[in-house]
Amino acid sequence: MPQQIVHKVEPTPQPARRTEPYWRKMVRQRQLILMSLPMVAYVVLFAYGPIWGWMMAFQQYKPGFSIFDQKWVGFDQFRFLIMDEGFTRVLRNTIAMSVISLVLSFVTAIGLALLLNEIKKTGIKRIIQTISYLPHFLSWIIVTGLVSMSLSTEGGIVNIVLVKLHLINEPIVWLSEGKYFWGIVGATNVWKEVGWNTIIYLAAIASVDPSLYEAAEMDGAGRYRKIWNVTLPGIRPVIVILLILNIGWILNGGGFEIQYFLGNGQVLDYSETIDIFVLKYGLRIGNYSLGVAAGIFKTVVSIILLYCANVIAKRLGEERLI
Amino acid sequence: MQTTIKRSRTEPLVFHTINYLFMLFVIVVTLYPFLNTLAVSLNAGLDTTRGGIYVWPREWTLKNYDAVFQDGRVFHAFWVSVARTVIGTVAGVFLTAMLAYTISRKEYMYRKFVTLIFVLTMYFSAGLIPSYFLIKDLHLLNTFLVYILFPGAGAGLISAFNMLVVRTYIHTLPESLVESAKIDGASDFRVFMSVILPLCAPVLATIALFTAVGQWNTWFDTFIFASSRENLSTLQYELIRLLSSTVNSNANPNISSTAAKDTATMITPLSIRAAITIVASVPILVVYPFLQRHFVAGLQLGSVKE
Repeated sequence: MPQQIVHKVEPTPQPARRTEPYWRKMVRQRQLILMSLPMVAYVVLFAYGPIWGWMMAFQQYKPGFSIFDQKWVGFDQFRFLIMDEGFTRVLRNTIAMSVISLVLSFVTAIGLALLLNEIKKTGIKRIIQTISYLPHFLSWIIVTGLVSMSLSTEGGIVNIVLVKLHLINEPIVWLSEGKYFWGIVGATNVWKEVGWNTIIYLAAIASVDPSLYEAAEMDGAGRYRKIWNVTLPGIRPVIVILLILNIGWILNGGGFEIQYFLGNGQVLDYSETIDIFVLKYGLRIGNYSLGVAAGIFKTVVSIILLYCANVIAKRLGEERLI
Repeated sequence: MQTTIKRSRTEPLVFHTINYLFMLFVIVVTLYPFLNTLAVSLNAGLDTTRGGIYVWPREWTLKNYDAVFQDGRVFHAFWVSVARTVIGTVAGVFLTAMLAYTISRKEYMYRKFVTLIFVLTMYFSAGLIPSYFLIKDLHLLNTFLVYILFPGAGAGLISAFNMLVVRTYIHTLPESLVESAKIDGASDFRVFMSVILPLCAPVLATIALFTAVGQWNTWFDTFIFASSRENLSTLQYELIRLLSSTVNSNANPNISSTAAKDTATMITPLSIRAAITIVASVPILVVYPFLQRHFVAGLQLGSVKE
């Protein structure tokens, strides 16, 4: 113990460190640098490296020539995108499906977490939770397969149940009508992730100060009053953080695979999202420049949205991400 | 007086009854599609087409699974999936943990920079087409290596989220462990290997699960970068080839050779599909319940702010 005190009092290390030259610090931390270097190099090459390809968005790219021998067109691709009716529709679909999925996911996950929290038998609660996580671990191709099977007109469970309950007279061809598509995307997202999303909310609920509940009880608050006046305000910071995170992903359109696997010619006007637009222009039609321009649009808008959400949260005095 | 007592006793009862019924509903909705597929996969193909199979097979058979594993293509794809999952997970978990250790060291001069460039990847993407050109220029098209290296679509060597989870976990360990090891003359690499890594076992199990699930479930890299090489096909991609025949008009309508051939011997595309779905999901479904405690804790760590 005395030795430690002596160590702390010793004045020499602090000033020495402050004036330590940059290169000497690098030499001293060479092991830390070497340990992070492989992954940094990897992420710079694979995640940031492709940025040079953004040049294509300002060119009329023709395959077969080097990227430096292309015709430069400035912002023509972006101008074309914004004027294009097809792209406007794609943007509408993307935002609509994102917002529907976001709202449904938040409401259902918070609701399920609140209800799970009311189950006091830990064994039963754990079993329900384990089952509710299951769809999260299934791949999208399996999930969309299950969805299309459940919605089918030949023995699909959804139609069977609805007909038996006399809610509809005959089976609906769910996946062939545009007006149902956005709802199906939202419902699929909820089915796959609702259980998983409760994890964070349950943790947040568990960390609410128990004395607040006791105080509320003293004031005569019932179950619902406590949920409304104690639990929900208690988990508000978590809700806000997750909302900010998700606003940055709003141009993902509530996923890529759902639209890719469940979309079809009949619902194209409602199912096409930016990601699918890029895929179509990039790999199928071969108009790389337009595809890249759409991709840049998506990335830039996402970062702006994330930044704005963060600033707004800061203004409102809420927790924020960055 | 009497009414208030009565209400306080029946109100919880009504609430709990409704709550339990609701949970039952959630469980049924969650499990039914999966159990239905399981039943179809264990039911004779021709019999299934008569309809009325819900959660229990009518004519038990293992023929559908036989057909799946005798199809050389699917069998090979299964092993490609296993290989990419094992290699990708082992490499990814080790490298993620090592990186997380460096950014957990408060004295590390590039700590903020390293953290930032990884966290930005959660929102920033250069886009599909530029990535495709990069992979092409690196001569990684149609190689197994692209499965390990391509970041995005759930796979890739590192995920910023996993990195943050491990970093936060390391912060919960007592700092004195690292300091005393360093006083004993251990280098940072040594400290990481013999002190931090063993202590991180629970959180590493969590990110191993996340990484393995991503590797096992992804299909996009096969589709974009390796679809012309049949021997690089994965289980998920085989599933797409089968499903696309009935579900999706976007992709190629290819029915697996086995499924087409064996219709006569009572095996239908529907049954094959169900069997592959089960084969493709069971490996993960038997593992995750055992790691539940860890990944729940891990997710909570990941949500902690810097």
